[in-house]
Amino acid sequence: MFEGYSLAELGSIFAMQGFAGLILFSVFVLMALGLAIIFGQMGVINMAHGEFMILGAYVTYLCSNFISSTVPALFPAYFFIAMILAFFASGALGMLVEWGMIRFLYRRPLDTLLATWGLSLILQQVFRSVFGAREVGVVLPDWLMGSVAVTDTIEVPINGLFVMALTIAITVVIYAVMFRSRWGQGVRAVMQNRTMAGAVGINTEKVDRYTFGLGCGIAGVAGSAFTMVGSTGPTSGQLYIVDTFLVVVFGGAQSLIGTIASAFTISQAQSTMEFFLSGSTAKVLTLLTVVVILMLRPQGLFVLKVRR
Amino acid sequence: MTRNPQNGLLGRIDGGVAGILLLAALLVIVLPLGLDIFRLNMVGKYLTYAFVALGLVLCWGSAGILSLGQGIFFGIGGYCMAMFLKLEASSPEATKIQSTPGIPDFMDWNQLTALPWFWEPFHSLTFSIVAVVAVPALLAFIVGLAMFKRRVGGVYFAIITQAFAAILTILIVGQQGYTGGINGITDLRTLKGWDIRTDEAKLVLYFVNAALLIGCILLCLYVRRSKLGRILVALRDKEDRVRFSGYDVANFKIFVFCFAAALSAVGGAMFTLQVGFMSPSFVGIVPSIEMVIYCAVGGRLSLLGAVYGTLLVNWAKTMLSESFPELWLFAMGALFIGVVMVFPNGLAGLYQQYIAPRLRRPTVGRTTIPATAAPIIPPHTAAD
Repeated sequence: MFEGYSLAELGSIFAMQGFAGLILFSVFVLMALGLAIIFGQMGVINMAHGEFMILGAYVTYLCSNFISSTVPALFPAYFFIAMILAFFASGALGMLVEWGMIRFLYRRPLDTLLATWGLSLILQQVFRSVFGAREVGVVLPDWLMGSVAVTDTIEVPINGLFVMALTIAITVVIYAVMFRSRWGQGVRAVMQNRTMAGAVGINTEKVDRYTFGLGCGIAGVAGSAFTMVGSTGPTSGQLYIVDTFLVVVFGGAQSLIGTIASAFTISQAQSTMEFFLSGSTAKVLTLLTVVVILMLRPQGLFVLKVRR
Repeated sequence: MTRNPQNGLLGRIDGGVAGILLLAALLVIVLPLGLDIFRLNMVGKYLTYAFVALGLVLCWGSAGILSLGQGIFFGIGGYCMAMFLKLEASSPEATKIQSTPGIPDFMDWNQLTALPWFWEPFHSLTFSIVAVVAVPALLAFIVGLAMFKRRVGGVYFAIITQAFAAILTILIVGQQGYTGGINGITDLRTLKGWDIRTDEAKLVLYFVNAALLIGCILLCLYVRRSKLGRILVALRDKEDRVRFSGYDVANFKIFVFCFAAALSAVGGAMFTLQVGFMSPSFVGIVPSIEMVIYCAVGGRLSLLGAVYGTLLVNWAKTMLSESFPELWLFAMGALFIGVVMVFPNGLAGLYQQYIAPRLRRPTVGRTTIPATAAPIIPPHTAAD
């Protein structure tokens, strides 16, 4: 499979595919972070996670249309406004869902799976009724278009760089919130020992609601970032849900570092193989490898040592 | 659950012999008399999903293993049957306009010049019928062995089976020359020279399907009432305790997973025969989860409930998508949420809770079990 390429060409191919892999990695991380909080910390399987992403993407789409038609001067910066709106829209919906549905289903993870799948079907149909079945895309501001030429053969698209920068920023914020803030400490206390956390005066119901909201909000931001690299349709969310779950499970459900590491491994493997094999074969091989490793190591790559 | 299954929760909810006779009468007498051949064929198609739902009752309801990949086995069963029928439909005379006569048309379109090796044995009907059951069971055995021996269970098992469904769909769609790709295997005509597209053939196949289904219900009932069935329930409720009692828990789980896989595959094969094609759209994640809802609506603990649930959901789906296509997803979503939050034991659970006590009132002096004795939510869901 390497015949016909010179060494320099191979180098460029790997660099380009590696970079494509990095963009995929950013997308995976953004999708998986929210899920890692909800699934890893709370033990809830949210099959509607993809739909929360799509909600963020549609908010971005609406925002881009609104700003370009009413205040074009703000257009270069619309993206940041859209992201904040997407976070609050998805987060608010997430809290509503937690209040109306999830809180009755704690300790029944398989049932949360079915119920949130139902939610995802309803949301899909809502999207289809409101925005139509066609995929929509946003217009990027000028400064996000084009690419940077690193060498003669290696080019790096700017929107990809932007998504990556965004991923790093969001990851750092999540880390700070979960592991450095008092609130995050409360969240982890509740998840590890609910009764004890309640006994020391933490309002566990409130913590649950805000944690779920935070996870969904991050999904919204992910969807918003997603509009820069692809278009959005009512069923786009479903395409990614299995991948995202595998990323989270593969990394070890309770470890954020694990989520990042597994997103990196999976995206790089897939993107490198994609160049030499067909896209579907690469995908099958990646998924199979992940599944086989999971059978050997059911707890995932990084296991958090917790006394049960 | 230490109660004797004859009058315990399982015994009551199964419906027993009277319930099976009632279902048999409905399937074999009432429906064929009341429906035209088009609708009857449609019911036949629904009934093939009921095989999957039966498997899920054993696998999920009894043993607490939720597989989100039953579409895999349904699909493999269906494909095994479709391969045989396709080879029969592509005899050299029938396909002489192709550049390579004697191979299925989609292979010809994809520039294949010879039949792939794994298609060869499907010239034989006996082999195909054995393959319908054996291939999915073998696959389930391998997956089950790898997972249950490593004590992968609950949520992780569900997610991994889902990944398998994704993998298989991508494979089938990607390998167009070998599998027919996204269109699947279409244009199936005869079974050993017997045209399966005529109305009489459809009627015969419907009855064969119904008889098979009743047979499978009896088989499932036998499994559940045997000692094995009781061990399954025990390991669902307290897996560790069963393990400490000296049972190899993994073997029981592997068995029930393989059994469910084989049942689903029989359904898949009957689907191919009655509908006349097989495609990857019955294999993937979405159909697999829909199959879980058939079982959940009917009642995850009730074999008969699963059959009624399948019929009801599919009938509602057909009616709704004929007249209000946009409502269907809302209804389906509401079903998922409702069944989990409001009636976790499905229609059978509602029947047990509200209707059966009234029917039983005249014999109150005998042994009636208070409704509260039955846990409404199976405790296994909390065990993971």
